[in-house]
Amino acid sequence: MSEVNWKNPVIKWVDSRLPVFSMMHHSTAGYPTPKNLNYWWNFGSLALTVLVIMILTGVFLVMNYTPHTSMAFDSVERIMRDVNYGWLLRYLHMNGASMFFIVVYIHMFRGLYYGSYRAPREILWAVGLLIYLAMMATGFLGYVLPWGQMSFWGATVITNLFSAIPLVGDPIVTWLWGGFSVDNPTLNRFFSLHYLLPFVIAALVGVHLWALHTVKSSNPLGVEMKTEADSIPFHPYYTIKDLYGVGLFMIFFLAFVFWAPNFFGEPDNYIEANPMVTPAHIVPEWYYLPFYAILRAFTADAFIYLPFQLLFITPKLAGVIAMFGAIIILFFLPWLDRSPVRSAKFRPIYKQFFWLFFIDCLILGYVGAKPAEGILVVVGQWATLYYFAHILVIIPLLSKFEKTRPVPDSIASAVTKTAKTEEA
Amino acid sequence: MRKIILSAVAALALTAGTAQASGDAVELHKQDWSFNGLFGHYDQAQLKRGFQIYKEICAGCHSLRLVAYRNLQAIGFTEDEVKEIAAEYEVPAGPNEFGEIIEDGELRKRPAKPADKFVPPFANELAAKAGNGGSLPPDLSLMNKARKGGPDYVYGLLTGYLEEAPEGVEMPDTMYYNKVFPGHQISMAPPLYAEAVEYEDGTEPTLDNHAKDVVAFLNWAAEPELEERKSMGLKVMIFLIVLTAMFYALKRRIWADVH
Repeated sequence: MSEVNWKNPVIKWVDSRLPVFSMMHHSTAGYPTPKNLNYWWNFGSLALTVLVIMILTGVFLVMNYTPHTSMAFDSVERIMRDVNYGWLLRYLHMNGASMFFIVVYIHMFRGLYYGSYRAPREILWAVGLLIYLAMMATGFLGYVLPWGQMSFWGATVITNLFSAIPLVGDPIVTWLWGGFSVDNPTLNRFFSLHYLLPFVIAALVGVHLWALHTVKSSNPLGVEMKTEADSIPFHPYYTIKDLYGVGLFMIFFLAFVFWAPNFFGEPDNYIEANPMVTPAHIVPEWYYLPFYAILRAFTADAFIYLPFQLLFITPKLAGVIAMFGAIIILFFLPWLDRSPVRSAKFRPIYKQFFWLFFIDCLILGYVGAKPAEGILVVVGQWATLYYFAHILVIIPLLSKFEKTRPVPDSIASAVTKTAKTEEA
Repeated sequence: MRKIILSAVAALALTAGTAQASGDAVELHKQDWSFNGLFGHYDQAQLKRGFQIYKEICAGCHSLRLVAYRNLQAIGFTEDEVKEIAAEYEVPAGPNEFGEIIEDGELRKRPAKPADKFVPPFANELAAKAGNGGSLPPDLSLMNKARKGGPDYVYGLLTGYLEEAPEGVEMPDTMYYNKVFPGHQISMAPPLYAEAVEYEDGTEPTLDNHAKDVVAFLNWAAEPELEERKSMGLKVMIFLIVLTAMFYALKRRIWADVH
């Protein structure tokens, strides 16, 4: 984009010393965006909206929260009962976490469907995955802070995963806890890190946007912008479209806050943490459930455990490796998918497999929510196998053998063509 | 095709969200609570009756430690009435002018004030267990939020006692059979029965009414913000719908020249 000639002398003076106005112009009215983005492209700006809401509500919650095992639970209840609009702040923050994951999961599946991770957007995709990992850590740490039963036992189960590491596992767990069980030092450090990580996420979002503005948005057709006819400036077209999306999203979000604030929560977390009483079923927050299912799929008699058994890896360690591996392999997606065509719009077979993968993730989530018994154990193992097979085998094979449909030459030609057919 | 998948997905997601309860959970009968729904609100007369039941029956064993006497003004007691209610209880008074907290071998006490939290029936957990055959009567401040099914569960539990356990079920002497309680063996004796308390407002003193009234009171204790929350929600929603409609109109207008 060309330099802007600012007329206002004050703006001109500031801009020639610190080009904030040029930068703002450059990334809004001067930022070319594909003209054919559909509403699935709204979820990036929605994620940013939730991040801002989470940081703001969090900052105010901290003013009344006490990170001590004997006071944390009551300080949260004081927020709910005695702090002005404390219940609103807390319910926004609590439900905001779930909203953040809903929005980000849709954002990620959109990327998978339209091949948004393909070159030249590999780094954009990788930074997005880092944000996702940081969100998972932040969500877990935050869930421990109210010091309810699920907080305590969730923290115990998840931190114990590290004990699966050979030789140094147990010392690492002790080091993480700051003692020999989840206790006050654990709560203190979790609080500290829960306050730190959102700012790491914010910084990563900055990098994500930097990468985005370098390579520009992908689009439903998966063909790059070539001429000016393909693009429209971000402002005002997408600012208003995103604002409309934010309006719809806030209606959805606040409906939970005002009428079903505990929908995503576990009743057990309204019982104060008690190291002497274990809840009947320890379930993580819903957004971890697919990974929890993968973790639990590796039992000693599971067929998917066999390859690990040959390497003398314990079932527990195998589960931990698979759980983290499930996210790690996503970093390699841009190189696993070598199809000449990006968008599932022109990939009839990939499209079917995409939905299969989506359903597979839901099945994993369902299995993760249920006690590991009966048919669900086997279902969880096969669903885990499919998860890895989809990314590591099916996607590379499809990109070789799939017969793709013809791709339009440019965004503009495709858009005018549909416009013409609609008129006819 | 995609529609079918999406609706299947939605159905699956909904069952996953609600069906996490433990294996032998009993189906709860949903009651028509005044505080349910979009316009839900508390019935002050009912809360007062519920408070009476809590005070005369439940409070013998169960604490309500997160609620203060001053909070009772929210359910229709006057400031003076709250002072009187609070003064019926005693709390530790702190040190006297000599810095002593014990006088004549007893902890110094003073009458409770509206700012004090509800005084628990037992000095500590051990005393509570000792007084109840080894079982700890749980605090009730958050009971309606801390169980799957919420108020319907607590109502089901209070009305779910059977005089005799079903055939084939062995019951220890100190346990009671309850249809709703997980495992069906509960240490709490049936706390409510018809005419357990004398209502002042002429409400029929049936077991069902007693249970409903005390559950409504406990719901207020657990969610005192409920009325404010729901009424604020309505205003916010109207605002958001208008705002979003305007965004949409503006979006159509701005996009009119594209394509």
